[in-house]
Amino acid sequence: MAFEGLSDRLQGTIQKIKGKGKVTEQDVKEMTREVRLALLEADVNFKVVKDFVKRVRERAVGQEVMESLTPGQQVIKVVKEELTDLMGGDESKIAVASKPPTVIMMVGLQGAGKTTTTGKLANHLRKKQNRSPLLVAADVYRPAAVDQLKTVGTELDLPVFEKGTDANPVDIAREGIAQAKEDHQDYVIIDTAGRLHVDHELMDELQQIKQLTTPDEIFLVVDSMTGQDAVNVAESFNEQLDISGVILTKLDGDTRGGAALSIKAVTDKPIKFAGMGEKLDELEPFHPERMASRILGMGDMLTLIEKAQDQVDEKRAKELESKMRSASFTFDDFLEQMDQVKNMGPLDELVGMIPGANKMKGLKNVSLDDKQLVHVEAIIKSMTKHERQDPSLMNASRKKRIAKGSGTSVSEVNRLLKQFEEMKKMMKQMNGMQKGKKGKGMNLPFM
Amino acid sequence: MSFFKKLKDKFVKEHDEHEQATDDTTTQEDNEEQTLANETQETESTSSSFDVEEPDGEVHEELSEAEEAAEQEGIALKFRKGLEKTRSSFSGKINDLVAKYRTVDEDFFEDLEEVLISADVGVNTVMDMIDELKMEVKRRNIKDTEMVKEVISEKLVDIYYGDDQSGETEELTLNPDGLSIILVVGVNGVGKTTTIGKMAHKLKQEGKKVTLAAGDTFRAGAIEQLDVWGERVGVNVVKHAAGSDPAAVIYDGIRSAQSKNADVLLCDTAGRLQNKVNLMNELAKVKRVIEREVPGAPHEVLLVLDATTGQNAMSQAKTFSEATNVSGIVLTKLDGTAKGGIVLAIRNEMEIPVKMVGLGEKVSDLEMFDPHAFVYGLFADMVEEYEEEK
Ligand SMILES: Nc1nc2c(ncn2[C@@H]2O[C@H](COP(=O)(O)OP(=O)(O)OP(=O)(O)O)[C@@H](O)[C@H]2O)c(=O)[nH]1
Ligand SMILES: Nc1nc2c(ncn2[C@@H]2O[C@H](COP(=O)(O)OP(=O)(O)OP(=O)(O)O)[C@@H](O)[C@H]2O)c(=O)[nH]1
Ligand SMILES: [Mg+2]
Ligand SMILES: [Mg+2]
Repeated sequence: MAFEGLSDRLQGTIQKIKGKGKVTEQDVKEMTREVRLALLEADVNFKVVKDFVKRVRERAVGQEVMESLTPGQQVIKVVKEELTDLMGGDESKIAVASKPPTVIMMVGLQGAGKTTTTGKLANHLRKKQNRSPLLVAADVYRPAAVDQLKTVGTELDLPVFEKGTDANPVDIAREGIAQAKEDHQDYVIIDTAGRLHVDHELMDELQQIKQLTTPDEIFLVVDSMTGQDAVNVAESFNEQLDISGVILTKLDGDTRGGAALSIKAVTDKPIKFAGMGEKLDELEPFHPERMASRILGMGDMLTLIEKAQDQVDEKRAKELESKMRSASFTFDDFLEQMDQVKNMGPLDELVGMIPGANKMKGLKNVSLDDKQLVHVEAIIKSMTKHERQDPSLMNASRKKRIAKGSGTSVSEVNRLLKQFEEMKKMMKQMNGMQKGKKGKGMNLPFM
Repeated sequence: MSFFKKLKDKFVKEHDEHEQATDDTTTQEDNEEQTLANETQETESTSSSFDVEEPDGEVHEELSEAEEAAEQEGIALKFRKGLEKTRSSFSGKINDLVAKYRTVDEDFFEDLEEVLISADVGVNTVMDMIDELKMEVKRRNIKDTEMVKEVISEKLVDIYYGDDQSGETEELTLNPDGLSIILVVGVNGVGKTTTIGKMAHKLKQEGKKVTLAAGDTFRAGAIEQLDVWGERVGVNVVKHAAGSDPAAVIYDGIRSAQSKNADVLLCDTAGRLQNKVNLMNELAKVKRVIEREVPGAPHEVLLVLDATTGQNAMSQAKTFSEATNVSGIVLTKLDGTAKGGIVLAIRNEMEIPVKMVGLGEKVSDLEMFDPHAFVYGLFADMVEEYEEEK
C-alpha cells in the first residue's frame, strides 16, 4: 500500500540524514520532499503542507541546525517539533459553567460520530469527574436519531430529554436545559443533527441554538478519515459557530489522520478528545505528539530511537545486530535485551511504537505483559548454558525440569520457546526489509 | 482517435443500460437542484449523459445522426435533448478550462496538481498523471494549447478507466429471473442504511418488489432506522432483536423474500472499520450464508464510501474486497464540498466501478454514476478559481 512505501521511504531519508555530521541544503530539500509526500498521503491539506514544509526548510538550514554537533538529529527534531507545535498541546479539559448546568453542543457533518460521542462524553463526565449529565435529543431529521440517543442513554443509565421528531430543535435545546436545572443535572449535552457546512438553513438553526443556550463548549466532531475537505468543513463550522474544540473520531482505524493537522491549522482550536471505538467508554484524551508521528507514518519511531539511544551501549548494540543477522541470537542475548528493554519502559508501549508492528504476524502471539517478563526471566535462568545457546536441545524432560526450576508450567516454557522462534523469524523478516533497497534501517536493541 | 470518440466508445454500453433510469423523470427532477449545487457548471447532464449506439457498434459523431438513431430506437425526445447538452457541455468545459491557460507551463501543471490533490485524488496518482502529461506533451512536441487540452482530457478519463476496455457496466447487476440479493458494506457512518432506503425507493419505482434485512444488530438505533426507511418507502423489513446474530437475520431475510416472491433483497450490515479482523470475519460469514442459500448470490456487494473520506478509502476498498469481493461502489455525500477523488485510484488499481452516488439525505437523492460529470467536478474549482483571479 502506498502509505507503507512512503513511510519506508521517509524513514530511509530520516535514517540517512540522522547520522550525518554535515547537512547540506540538498539533504534538507530531499528530506522535506519526502515529508511533503508523507503529509499529503496522510490527507493533510495541501495548503497546510506547503506552509509547513516552508517553515521546516527555513529552520533546517538555519543556525540551530548548522551549528549543532549533530545536525542530522537536529533536523529530525525540527520536523517533529514543528509538527507537534502545529497540533497543539494536550488539552482534554471540559469547561465548567460558573452557574450550572454547563452546556455542551455537539456539531458536525453527517455520520461523523456526534451521537456516539455525546454518550461517550457523558460517560466520561460521570466516571472521571463525578458529574450528572443530561443528554438532549435535538436531531429530529435523521431516521431514528432519537431512538439511537435513547438507547445510548439506557445503556449508560443516564437521562435523555426528547420531544420526538415534531418539535423544533431550538425549543428542544432550550427545554432540555430547563429540565436539567429542575433535576439538578450539572451538564447538558445537546446532540444535533449532522449537516453540511454549506447548508445555510441548517447552519442557521445551529446559530439559533447557540444564541439561545449560550453553550460553554461547542465541539466539532470530525471523522479522522476525512480527506482534503476537512479544512473547508472546520473553517466553515468555526466561522459560523466559533467552536471551542474538536473531537476526532474513529481513530481506532488505520487512517493516518492528517485531517487533525489541517483542522488545527485552520481553526487554531484544540483537539480535545479522540474516539477510539464504537463502545461508550472508548474516548481518550487527544495526544498531539502521538498524532504527529502517526501522520508521518512512523509510529513513535523517533521517541523510540531516542529512548534506545539513552539506554543502549552503541557497540554492544552493533554486536547484537550482527548476531540477529546471522540468526545466532540466543537466550542469553535475549536476557540481555530484556534488561535493556525493561529500562526503556512498558513493553507493549514500546512495541506499539514500532511502525507496522501491529501488522506483524509474529507479534500477535507474543505476549506483552510486563509481569510475564518476570516469568520469562525465571525460565531462561533455569536453563542450562547449553540450552540457552541451542534451544533445539529442548525435550520433554528438560522442559519439565525448567518449569519446576522457574516455578512455572511446561506450557509456559513451551510458549516462551515458541515466542523465541517467532522472534527469530521476525528478525529474519526485518533483515529482509533492511536488505531491500528501501532500507528501513531498523536496529532496535531488543529485536 | 479523438478523445471524445474514445470516450463515447467506452461509455456506449453503459448508456444503453441507462435508458430506463432516464425515464424516471419525477425523481430526477427533485435532484436537479442538488446536482446543480454540486457541479455548478453542469446542467441537466448528470441524469442524462447517454449516447446511442447503432447495431454495428459505430458511434455517430454528428448529432443529427444520433438523433436518427435515437428515433429508430424509439427514445424519447427529452432524452435526446439531454444527450445533446452533455456532449457539448462535457467536451466544452474541459476545453474551456485548458483554453483559459494560454500557455501550458509549470504554473498550469502546478495548478492542476493542487486542484487534483485537493479533490482527494491522492498525491501518487496525481504525480504519476502529471508526469505522464508532461511526457506526452514533450513527446508530441505540443506547444498548441488546443492539442494539449485533448491530451489532458484523455488522461483524466483514462485514469478512471485504466486499461479496462471491457466497458464493464456501471449498472446494478440483478438476477433477471428470481430473487436478487444485494449486500451493502462499509465503515461506520458512511451512509449504508440511508443508501439502502434510497435504493429501495428507486427499485420500487421501477416496479420491483423489495425486502430489507436489518443486518446491523449492533449499533444503537440501527434497526429502528432501517425500519423508518422501510415505512417511508413502503417495503417490508425483516429484523431481529438488537444484539442478535447478523447472519441469522440475513438468513431470515432470504427466506422471507423468497416466500413473498420479492425481486430484490437489500441487506444492511453494521459499520465496521476495515482493520477489525473479527468484524471483517463476521461480514465474510454473512456473505457465505447468502452464497449458500441462493446460488449465484449475492448479485452485488456494494461498498459504500463517503466522498469526504481521504486516502483511507483505498484501504477500505482493499480490505472489504478481500472479505466480501466488492462488485461496486456507492459514493455518498457528494452534495457536500468534498469530491471523492480517491475513487479514481480505486477504480484504476482495483477495477471496482462506482455504480451510484448519494447526493443528499432525501429518498430521491440517489443517482447512477456519471463519469463525465464526476471527472469534470474534480477540477471545476480550477476553472472557478481561475475566473475569479481574472
Ligand atoms: N470505530 C469507531 N466507530 C465510531 C466512533 N465514533 C462513532 N462511531 C461509529 O460511527 C457511526 C456514526 O456514528 P453516529 O454517532 O451515529 O454519528 P452522528 O454524527 O451522530 O451521525 P448523524 O447524526 O447521522 O450525523 C456509528 O456506526 C458509530 O458507532 C469511533 O470512535 N470509532
Ligand atoms: N448529505 C448527505 N448525507 C448523507 C448521504 N447519505 C447518508 N447521509 C447521512 O449520513 C449519516 C449516516 O448515514 P447512515 O445511513 O446512518 O450511515 P451508515 O453507514 O448506515 O452508518 P452506520 O450503520 O452507523 O455505520 C446520516 O445522517 C445520513 O442522513 C448523502 O448522500 N448526503
Ligand atoms: Mg447523530
Ligand atoms: Mg447503518
